[in-house]
Amino acid sequence: MNSSLQLNVTAGLVTIVLLLPVIALIVIAFSGDLESFRHLGSAVLPRVSLTTLLLLAGVGMFVAACGTMAAWFVSFNEFPGRRIFEWALMLPLAVPTYISAYTFVEFFSFTGPPQTLVRHLGGFQSARDYWFPEIRSLSGTILVMGIVLYPYVYLSVRTLFHFQGNSIIDSARMLGANRWRLLMRIVIPMARPAIILGVALALMETLNDIGAVEHMGTQTLTFSIFSVWLNQNDLAGAAQIALFLLAIVVGLLLLERASRGGRRFHEFRTSQRNGRVERTRLGGMPAAGAFIACALPIFVGFGIPVLVLGDYSLSLYPNSFSGDLLEALGSSLLFASTAAILAVVVGLFLAYALRCNSGRIMGALVRAAASGYAIPGTLIALGIFLPLAMFDNFVDGIFRATLGVSTGLLITGSGAAIIYAYLVRFMAMAEGTLDGGLRKISPNIDMAARSLGYNSRLTLRKVLLPVMRPAMVSAALLVFVEGIKELSATIMLRPFGVNTLATHVYDFASRSRMEEAATGCLLIIVAGMIPVAILLKAGVARD
Amino acid sequence: MSSNITIVVALAVSSILLTIISAPAGEIVNIYSYRQPDLIKPVLDEFTRQSGIETRVQFLKKGLAEKLEAEGINSPADVILTSDIGRLVAISAKGVNQALSSSIINVNIPEQYRDPDGHWFGLTTRGRIVFASKGRVSQDEITYEELADPKWRGKICTRSGQHAYNIALFASMIAHHGLQYTEQWLAGVKQNLARKPEGNDRAQAKSIFAGECDIGLGNNYYVGLMMTNDAKPEQKQWAASIKVLFPNSKGRGTHVNVSGMALAKHAPHRDAAVKLMEFLSSGTAQEIFAGQVFEYPVKPGAKLSEIVAGFGEMKPDPLPLDAIAKFRKQASRMVDRVGYDNGPES
Repeated sequence: MNSSLQLNVTAGLVTIVLLLPVIALIVIAFSGDLESFRHLGSAVLPRVSLTTLLLLAGVGMFVAACGTMAAWFVSFNEFPGRRIFEWALMLPLAVPTYISAYTFVEFFSFTGPPQTLVRHLGGFQSARDYWFPEIRSLSGTILVMGIVLYPYVYLSVRTLFHFQGNSIIDSARMLGANRWRLLMRIVIPMARPAIILGVALALMETLNDIGAVEHMGTQTLTFSIFSVWLNQNDLAGAAQIALFLLAIVVGLLLLERASRGGRRFHEFRTSQRNGRVERTRLGGMPAAGAFIACALPIFVGFGIPVLVLGDYSLSLYPNSFSGDLLEALGSSLLFASTAAILAVVVGLFLAYALRCNSGRIMGALVRAAASGYAIPGTLIALGIFLPLAMFDNFVDGIFRATLGVSTGLLITGSGAAIIYAYLVRFMAMAEGTLDGGLRKISPNIDMAARSLGYNSRLTLRKVLLPVMRPAMVSAALLVFVEGIKELSATIMLRPFGVNTLATHVYDFASRSRMEEAATGCLLIIVAGMIPVAILLKAGVARD
Repeated sequence: MSSNITIVVALAVSSILLTIISAPAGEIVNIYSYRQPDLIKPVLDEFTRQSGIETRVQFLKKGLAEKLEAEGINSPADVILTSDIGRLVAISAKGVNQALSSSIINVNIPEQYRDPDGHWFGLTTRGRIVFASKGRVSQDEITYEELADPKWRGKICTRSGQHAYNIALFASMIAHHGLQYTEQWLAGVKQNLARKPEGNDRAQAKSIFAGECDIGLGNNYYVGLMMTNDAKPEQKQWAASIKVLFPNSKGRGTHVNVSGMALAKHAPHRDAAVKLMEFLSSGTAQEIFAGQVFEYPVKPGAKLSEIVAGFGEMKPDPLPLDAIAKFRKQASRMVDRVGYDNGPES
């Protein structure tokens, strides 16, 4: 078989494996009638869809503005604290949305520090005596999600700025553009693909979140999926809404592609990276403004959760740490790192297949393979669990019939199902990052390698991989952080007796015993911080 | 690349090994639980102490029935624990449990709290009570029907209408009054809400403490849990700001739900599982539930916790539990139709 055909066939197979849970959901959806959908269509969907869209718009604008602005400040300006902000701006990414929801509600509630201060200053007694913004509102939910998701935009935009050097910016400056014009006319249009990648990742996370919206009382489509399934005993109906959700995501992605038109973004050649970025030294008010613009998201997205959790964890000291927690940490690290490595291998393969064959079918295949990110984790888990358990029982049946031994639940009874779920859920992240990395390398380089006699495999291994290392590290670390935070699929797929940090935390947090959950939450954040630090260190050193 | 693949394979194998190693030796019962592990831990610890049988708990609120069904004959589950009648009935409808006839259990648990065929058993009951502000609410009696009275406009707090505990209450209203009345009633309660439904039952007590509302709905045991919460002493203040009202105590009685248990269809450790279930119905276990979780034991004669006894006597609504389960779906749709979770409309 020639190598490009082999590539296509393998890419097709990989896609089918990654799509299996979605296919299972489609089967489930068709197993029921449309009765639930009709009920929801009249009573719920219009309102819930509107809420969902407003939430998406809010979070999207929030992360785009916050992430791009922060990346712009630390990349092109020099001001006190810049070097610390450069990595600290990533910290909120280590905080899962369900934890930020729990801690924000706690912090901004009647008994939290801000309201206590207001009462103290104003001499008030009751919540009815004064006005305070309600955190459990749509705008509160946008804040809770946006403040821990903006790092996706920050990371991708900042990486792009680094790659770019400032040759374009220098030219614009020389032509007399002032800072504002430069930002609006050059920097933002230039950063557009990176902004969109970051926003897309943030929005998909927003869409499939259930922990945070449930706690905040925000009625999204995902919330309705669960009430149809669990209260109305209609799994098929729930699957139908999940597919409706998926359709929205696909629609958004198509819209984005259409608006991008035929433009390609590999014009930033690697040779441009050698120019060191010249930063404008800020003083006085602009420096103070830059300082606040960078410090505020870190304080809110990372500082508040850590303060609240640290307070709880200390209140239980010396009982705040248990052996169970260490075991959970071990499983979390194992599952997340295995998934991260596999995601890079598979993601690289898909991105490269797309590069070698930019035909429509391959494009559709690769995008389909990444669609698991748009479906709530619990449903992905079901989509994985049902066919795999069927497979396990099938194998078991054969072994019992022929050899008289039971193989039990081979896959679903082991951690393999969790790793599979992480791959399905986070492939978009790995593939997107790797694809972005590949696109920065001019296709001329491939052509040169191929004309010198390398086949596609050798081109990838000898020519592209060495240049791709930063993107591979980024992709692996992003998936790792997500794996550490992942809750909804893990909780369903974990083998009996195995806890990860997230499920450990959930066991307590679901009964609002945040005190006992606090140390686990902090460990999730710390485990997520380490790769975040590496992510930036690697990026800075290499560029 | 090839060294990468070696790492991948090594990690994959080790993750599988991890799960095999973690299986303990000796006699064991595997529990799939809708109930939070720390709520059942005291009673399970006592079981292990008395019987020498270890217990392992997997906590799962979403998809437990589907998981059991898919695992089929190879499921590790022995006993299923739930916190709501709806789930017990849903499990039975899926056929993932088996009937059990144990003379010990049948003596301990009165007929009204168990399935006639032995597919499920109630373990404790909990009343859906009204938390009322001590300072701002003068009346000492209340009915569920009255919650729709305009005199409470802007004064009621509840958690989401889609939560299982509220769904069960609304289903009991449907059983007593029919769909039409209940829908009007629910719309009336919605108009009386002080804010959008949110938080859990404790958060309603907190809102009363904060002065946002005057009355809230909650399960009775949360009051006990808040009163004794040493890890988070501010909850003692929340509890101190409210009084407990048992709705409809002059009439049909207060709506109660059950926590319960069922024997998994393919229980691999059936004997140990039955021992556990018999223990859970025993006086010892029932008094642990009552004393530490502040629920009402189903076993006649089992002692109440002093705190719960201090709230006064609860007269439970005698409505059969399966009637509540029957109307759950309609109750959930009604919550959607009324737009209960949107909060009051101005």
